[in-house]
Amino acid sequence: MVSEPAIMPPPTPATWRRFLARKRGLAGSIILTILIGIAIFAPVIASDQPIVCRHKGTLHFPALVDVLHRLPFASSVIEKSPPFNRADYDPKSNAEQYEFVVWPLIAISPTEITRDALQPPSSQHWLGTDGSGRDIASRMVHGAAVSVQVGIVSMSIAALIGIVVGAVAGYSGGWLDAILSRFIEIVICFPEFFLILCMMVWVQPSIVNVMIIVGLTRWTTIARFTRGEFIKLRSREFVTAAHAIGAGSTRVMFRHLLPNALAPVLVTIVFGVANAILIEAGLSWLGFGVQPPNPSWGGLLRDAYTNIRVAPHMVYPPCVAIFVTVLACNLAGDALREALDARDPTTTRKASEA
Amino acid sequence: MIRTAINRLLLGIVTVACVYTVTFVMVMIVPGNPFAAGERNMPSEVLSALEARYDVNNPVRYFGQFLAGAVRFDFGPSFQYRDWTCTQIIAQSLTVSATLGFLAILIAVAVGVPIGVFSAMNRGKWFDHAALGFALLGVSLPTFVTGSFLLIVCGVFLKWFPVGGWGTLGHIPLPAITLSLPFIAYVARLTRAGMLDALSGDFVRTAIAKGAPHREIIWKHVFRVAFLPVLSYIGPAAAQAMTGSFVVEKVFGVPGIGQHFVNSALNLDRGLILSTVLVFAVMLVVFNMVVDVVYMYVDPRVRNG
Repeated sequence: MVSEPAIMPPPTPATWRRFLARKRGLAGSIILTILIGIAIFAPVIASDQPIVCRHKGTLHFPALVDVLHRLPFASSVIEKSPPFNRADYDPKSNAEQYEFVVWPLIAISPTEITRDALQPPSSQHWLGTDGSGRDIASRMVHGAAVSVQVGIVSMSIAALIGIVVGAVAGYSGGWLDAILSRFIEIVICFPEFFLILCMMVWVQPSIVNVMIIVGLTRWTTIARFTRGEFIKLRSREFVTAAHAIGAGSTRVMFRHLLPNALAPVLVTIVFGVANAILIEAGLSWLGFGVQPPNPSWGGLLRDAYTNIRVAPHMVYPPCVAIFVTVLACNLAGDALREALDARDPTTTRKASEA
Repeated sequence: MIRTAINRLLLGIVTVACVYTVTFVMVMIVPGNPFAAGERNMPSEVLSALEARYDVNNPVRYFGQFLAGAVRFDFGPSFQYRDWTCTQIIAQSLTVSATLGFLAILIAVAVGVPIGVFSAMNRGKWFDHAALGFALLGVSLPTFVTGSFLLIVCGVFLKWFPVGGWGTLGHIPLPAITLSLPFIAYVARLTRAGMLDALSGDFVRTAIAKGAPHREIIWKHVFRVAFLPVLSYIGPAAAQAMTGSFVVEKVFGVPGIGQHFVNSALNLDRGLILSTVLVFAVMLVVFNMVVDVVYMYVDPRVRNG
């Protein structure tokens, strides 16, 4: 195709402007921003705890505290507010106790079991209820947090492994490259679901383990692209120059080569997030992901399938949510690739194997 | 050229051997007894007799035995489906999955390549946008959504096809189409990107300058180059498609091999785990090798370089 291997320039502010100037990039990033917002503020949007309330003269922010409690180590700094009970709350009888209360938009906990099971959407339950009478809207909101977490954390792990393996292989070449490339090829040779399931036999199915395992198995594409870029770049003048002024291998690899190799890797990572979200949904659908009663989109879909004849309304929310999220990632990835002037990831496969 | 081919073959064998060893070690150190999964505890004599029959307590011998058998396509007995050998299970389910997968890839190329070519020719026009939108849908919709949708529309409402199952010709189209959707989308995108890339090449300008007919330039010069990335994608994609998809099989009730990847791991069915993983690895390696060989014919740079 082209004799001189084209390198993509590293991302600059202009890249982001180009990215956002594209309708696809804009749409994708708006959807993803909203989604991340929903994920972070899930307890404020859907919870049985009030956002703000004045109880016996003191102000409390139970739902906001729940948001902060999701951060690591925060629980040791901020004290959890005393639980408020939505069922006990009655504006008439304990009006003197609660001077004012602001409830979340969906004032039901995602795990609260009620007697109205399998209800179609109504003003009380916006998306209806599931087999145990839990509010689907509330579960969807908290499921978004799971998907976003899985997408971001697992791809961070995958990116870390993939970039390091690919960088070392591409930079050093020779026998180390041969061994690492073989290693990558061997990992690819395992059926994806099988590898994840095998690891699941070892550890308890939970969201943290899903994130780790998806991260540990999905790094191969990232490694291949990093390697390909490094091979293209390592004979350039700036690398020789860096060596000449006495920069060590690690410094050349990560300070000089990596920023220049990052563009196509970034695109792969964005597409990888979409993939990770689909894998999590699939795993939860099979019952190996997030364990009930904790909500996740795959789990909701699983519940929907068991009740599909009685309550077909349950199928739509998780389907639409998964689709929109994956679509947003793909839109963003597409626009990012165009903004970076990158090629389609798979077209560079041969180049990276050269 | 022959040296390269032999090299690839040897490397492929090494890869498969490594995959086998790693899987074997994983299977052996996984906690849990494949025979203890029953509802009632069996008498210890029965258990030890079973363990002796399946050679559970001598991993080293089992390693060699399984490998020796596998080379002759004899994968030994299944630990879970006791009346079946793994070879029978795989032969039966792989036929089903390979049929579906082959058709899916065929559809993907037959539909995806023309879409890609025409959208590259009409870059920025409505066809291009429509094709890109379609490709985006195909990549973003999970197969459990598209599959269920096709099943409900074409199976339940329109009654064109039977609702799930396997055995007649009518059972084939829906799962094959479902399976092919993401592949169509990918092939179309790759073809389009390859065409656009090739159209900007110097040789195209030369061909136009020497007055070659438009049609000939597109199909003889540009398409040949543009098809290369598609080709390298089809190799692993075919291996993937032909070894079945658990989700598609579950939605349509197809007795393919995809379910065995999942179920064997859940049942700790060592024989079936090893054989399914081996089948997948061998298919992936073989398909990649076939692609490499075809590459050598199509791309003179690879042939001589």
